[in-house]
Amino acid sequence: MHALVVDDSASMRAILKRTLNEGGFAVTTASNGSDALTVMAQLPPELVLIDWNMPGMNGFELLREIRRQSRYEAVKLIMVTTETNKAEMSHALAAGANEYIMKPFTPDVVYDKLRLAGLPVPQAEAVECV
Amino acid sequence: MSLPPAEFDYLRRLVRRHAAIVIDPAKAYLAENRLAPLAKEHGCASLQEFLRLLQGRSFGAVHREAVAAMANHETWFFRDSAPFAALAEHVVPRLRRARGCGHSLSLWSAACSTGQEPYSIAMALRENCGAAADTFSILATDLCEAALKRAAAGIYRQMEVNRGLPAALLTRYFTRRGLYWQVKPEIAAMVSFRPLNLAAPWPEIPRVDVLFLRNVLIYFAAETRRQLLAQVRRVLRPDGFLFLGTAETPRDLDDAFKPVEAGHYLCYQPNQ
Repeated sequence: MHALVVDDSASMRAILKRTLNEGGFAVTTASNGSDALTVMAQLPPELVLIDWNMPGMNGFELLREIRRQSRYEAVKLIMVTTETNKAEMSHALAAGANEYIMKPFTPDVVYDKLRLAGLPVPQAEAVECV
Repeated sequence: MSLPPAEFDYLRRLVRRHAAIVIDPAKAYLAENRLAPLAKEHGCASLQEFLRLLQGRSFGAVHREAVAAMANHETWFFRDSAPFAALAEHVVPRLRRARGCGHSLSLWSAACSTGQEPYSIAMALRENCGAAADTFSILATDLCEAALKRAAAGIYRQMEVNRGLPAALLTRYFTRRGLYWQVKPEIAAMVSFRPLNLAAPWPEIPRVDVLFLRNVLIYFAAETRRQLLAQVRRVLRPDGFLFLGTAETPRDLDDAFKPVEAGHYLCYQPNQ
């Protein structure tokens, strides 16, 4: 499966790329909304992780643009953002985000959210015995 | 500085005797991680000093705190996800058909830690049963009183609500309180918390329709597990449902339970 990570932070793109690679995804990255749309048109992903605060087209605008296009109807969209306000979260979900990850996060959070969004992720059930 | 074997052995015996929890002898680091805050709270400069303090006193409140601190409190919202879907989409409808839709249901989250499991149960029931969830009651118990206090407050850090909890449910059932998130009253009202040591004889508990005993049996020796399951049989209604952790099964311990499919999930019912 293929994922696109959209974030203006290079370190965040690297973190999410590594996390998704370890979850079995091939990953492409983009640093802004406009580039993300170009990448998607060339290689439609199954999943897009979107940062909210980016210069130019912000993540919410990107979310709405993707959802406006019926060819991307099946693509799962997950916001990954420092916006932890309930209102923003509700707006994103109402605009078509499948899930929402608040920064900071751990890899387990990402994998859980992928499952909640209906994507296959290897289940790593580590049972720790005392 | 690593814990001397004598002190660690004392701790292992203490926890085994009072909570029936078996601590792997190779896991002294757990004692260091889990007891350091308690040691500091009691004015001890080191864990070793704290354990010597315990050894010098007869069993009391500080020993109970130490035992409770050694239990694994790890939990998160909708842990493993499948049990909650099975409960809401298959088990509860089955019970409501059997009992009549107006009938109240009682559920028990045993070893609830800081409350994420019983609140997840409550949210799953609200989502699937709507106003009928008002008639459901969830008992949530744990060995650790500090964990129960946190659970009853229903206040969680961002990291805690970030994991496992669908964003839609976070916005629907939680209120933002500064940096924290608090469970809303319609969820909190469904759950009542009380202390209970599963390894000790249980107090009088009304029979329940559903019992979540997940990721608990793995910490006990086989004989304790059998005793626990025998108590479960007394508390669970004859057509009630038992939910265990994904790595757990009552087979080879107690043949009084039969596996039952709830959608794609496997839970257990008493053999009739």
